[in-house]
Amino acid sequence: MSVAKPLPHDAAPLHVRGAARYVDDIPTPTGTLHVAFGCSTVAHGEISHLDLEAVRSAPGVVAVLTADDLPFANDVSPSAHDEPLLADHTVHYVGQPIFAVIATGHHTARKAARLAVVSYEERPALLTIDDAFGAGSRFEDGPRIYGKGDADKAITSAKHIIEGRLDVGGQEHFYLEGQAALALPQEGGDMIVHSSSQHPTEIQHKVADALGVPMSAVRVEVRRMGGGFGGKESQGNALACICAIAAAKTGRPVKMRYDRDDDMEITGKRHEIRVDYRVGVDEDGIIQGVDFKHYVRCGWAQDLSLPVADRAMLHADNAYFLPNVRIESHRLKTNTQSNTAYRGFGGPQGMVGIERVMDHIAHHLKCDPLEVRQANYYVSNAPAAAMTAELEAVGKKKKKKRKPEPQTTPYHMAVEDFILHEMTERLIQTSEYHERRTAVEAWNADNPILKKGIAFSPVKFGISFTLTHLNQAGALVHIYQDGSVHLNHGGTEMGQGLFQKVAQVAASRFGLPLEAIKITATDTAKVPNTSATAASSGSDLNGMAVQAACDTIRDRLAEFVAERHQTKPSKVKFQNGMVHVGKEAVPFTDVVKDAYMARISLSSTGFYKTPKIVWDRIKGEGRPFFYFAYGCAVTEVVIDTLTGENRILRTDILHDCGASLNPALDVGQIEGAYVQGAGWLTMEELVWNDKGRLTTHAPSTYKIPACSDRPDIFNVNLWSGENTEDTVYRSKAVGEPPFMLGISAFLALSDAVAACGKDYPDLQAPATPEQILRAVQRLQDA
Amino acid sequence: MGKQHYQINVNGEAKDVLAEPRELLIHTLREQLELTGPHIGCETSHCGACTVDIDGKSVKSCTVFTAQVAGKDITTIEGLGSPDGMHVLQEKFREHHGLQCGYCTPGMITRAHRLLQENPSPTEEEVRFGMAGNLCRCTGYQNIVKSILAAAAEMNAAKEAAE
Repeated sequence: MSVAKPLPHDAAPLHVRGAARYVDDIPTPTGTLHVAFGCSTVAHGEISHLDLEAVRSAPGVVAVLTADDLPFANDVSPSAHDEPLLADHTVHYVGQPIFAVIATGHHTARKAARLAVVSYEERPALLTIDDAFGAGSRFEDGPRIYGKGDADKAITSAKHIIEGRLDVGGQEHFYLEGQAALALPQEGGDMIVHSSSQHPTEIQHKVADALGVPMSAVRVEVRRMGGGFGGKESQGNALACICAIAAAKTGRPVKMRYDRDDDMEITGKRHEIRVDYRVGVDEDGIIQGVDFKHYVRCGWAQDLSLPVADRAMLHADNAYFLPNVRIESHRLKTNTQSNTAYRGFGGPQGMVGIERVMDHIAHHLKCDPLEVRQANYYVSNAPAAAMTAELEAVGKKKKKKRKPEPQTTPYHMAVEDFILHEMTERLIQTSEYHERRTAVEAWNADNPILKKGIAFSPVKFGISFTLTHLNQAGALVHIYQDGSVHLNHGGTEMGQGLFQKVAQVAASRFGLPLEAIKITATDTAKVPNTSATAASSGSDLNGMAVQAACDTIRDRLAEFVAERHQTKPSKVKFQNGMVHVGKEAVPFTDVVKDAYMARISLSSTGFYKTPKIVWDRIKGEGRPFFYFAYGCAVTEVVIDTLTGENRILRTDILHDCGASLNPALDVGQIEGAYVQGAGWLTMEELVWNDKGRLTTHAPSTYKIPACSDRPDIFNVNLWSGENTEDTVYRSKAVGEPPFMLGISAFLALSDAVAACGKDYPDLQAPATPEQILRAVQRLQDA
Repeated sequence: MGKQHYQINVNGEAKDVLAEPRELLIHTLREQLELTGPHIGCETSHCGACTVDIDGKSVKSCTVFTAQVAGKDITTIEGLGSPDGMHVLQEKFREHHGLQCGYCTPGMITRAHRLLQENPSPTEEEVRFGMAGNLCRCTGYQNIVKSILAAAAEMNAAKEAAE
């Protein structure tokens, strides 16, 4: 069976030869045109004058379009219809597309776009969290509030009260392949669009609206993306729509790709957040009550900001039982890029808040933050299958007579699969946390300039889209007369290995080698009404849908074979490319041939919807998640107290993928996610100037982790328990959860700074060398 | 300024290309020669997705004009390995999961190929710093380093066996 094997990525043989095609690599028909946007240079204002004469008469320009030239919907918003494709006389941020140039070449279009003369009547721009909060500029009428018990009373009557503030910057996705689309006009007004998108169905929907045609007239194909990370969930809509409109207008194929600087200036990023906290604890550091205020910078349009901010609230507890809690979330509207989905979808922002609280408590009580974390964990009560084998490895079987009652989250969901007590014990042992903590203290006592720090942090991440209806998926499987299998589903491939995992499921259902399964591009004409490949849900949803489709065909074949052999269908087995019945074994291909001759249907759709989830996002009550995925990390760092420069010396990770569908792909996801998460909190800094222009709009000024920034020692292991819920082969989602293991790098830096004085470091994120130096000096001066 | 003819040697073949004096090599490779292995990631010489080999040096092909490389020998990812088989580096990147989305992979392997000629037996640290000019957003680099070290070991073993 191919499930659970560490097989390489299905497209690896193409990738290593440079033969894997991305949108920009697809050979285009002669006469293909190219688009470039002309963008706003002010953060807020009315367009008082727009002179496009020079643009129109530039060599190679075929057409120039403004909002007034759009035939149908001028809207690329994934939610509130508040995001015009081309600015409708008002501009809301620097980089907002105002007009589109259609020309014979990519550079021709970009050069011509620079020739426009645009005047603005500028208006005051709200750029920061303070600006927007002060002006009452927000989405939704007021703050969302979730909670449980009486937080204020519990805090006020607690022995220790600790307060603080954490500002956390946003993050650029920096998918290596920029946004791209190619539209090919068809007969009768139909349109085919190739898009670098995590959400082909939404591209189809927006293109159909932009062309004034039904969705059935538009077909969207996505073979792969060069990285997505959430940045291609909604941000590809503009490119697909403008290409389709231009293709419909000119009758010629039209392509667009954002140059890197344009991509960074136009598209949304991870939401910047401010977390204000006030917590009351007893003498052992046990939380009695906690109050959080989230200030979320959403940018100028709503996009996916409401569910992002919701998810931040839903992860404000992370792994800790909060008996009394109040979370207030302000979704602030600013004149900057419209922030969007990004790996974790708000979860990381919520989680870093409570992890900061844990650290602050430990500093206040002068104890090891690990102990405070363990003391506040949810009670352990997961079924044995989630961890039996692992417990033996830890050498500490817990013989409880009766499972304790599950504790509930701030949104009143029972936590019934909590395994972090056991995972933590295991990681503390394998990472030699205690020994190294002692060694770090000894080092810091001896070394005045270079200071080390070490930190542990856990992750409990909720799996399911919080918008319940999105938790559905479809698949289409054909078996051809020669026995070859064509596999299709609604998920998209962005490097995470989804296609490979799902193909392993299909191969396992038919008992075939993986080579027999043909993986094909995501296509809205094959599987309709798909959800974005997002929320880590790709393999959970599509794996189950494919399993259902395969089983339908397999059952038909089993019934056909059983009838011939006068036996029950349950006696027919599919293994190693053969179909076994009684003592006889027939090649799968022969059975398929015979079934075809006997007029058995060899094609089926499959469908899956996640069970058990019920959620009221206004009340903040219910079960938004099917299950939780867990992980924990220990990171050790060193800082230079004279410059603020720093390095990650060692990282140890233990992560829970349930029964992994492909351990090699899962470990790869974990390693990449950790480095990206650490990058978010330690080095990736977005800077806007006082006019609202993003000044870090290229890799020259925006630093993502390089090969030399990776931890010197990097140990990653998988927990070997099963998912206690009935998921595909009892696996767990892996895309987002390990991103938040990067929080341990931030906490380790804070620990190193703490060695410079008595005060709490109060480090802000990203903890760039400048931030670290500032914190070090404050502690030294105190 | 008008277009001019330039002779460049790409993957062992002499090619005549017609380019404006300020056309970047990456665009000539991708648009005229249909070599779409080298990718455009940033066009400002920072990400390394467009890395090619020019006369024995790793060069980001978005930093040089086609006019500058007239007469020079250029190797792209398409020039590694043979139609029948992969180069050891290509095989090791596949086997050790040295890629996820794959967009940086052609540049990564092309750079690694040159690195192993500059230093056939690099340490782990030498690989990490030798590859620091090529960005990857997916893998966290762990498996990229592993792939390169595995390739170096195999290439060295093959060399020893041949001697």
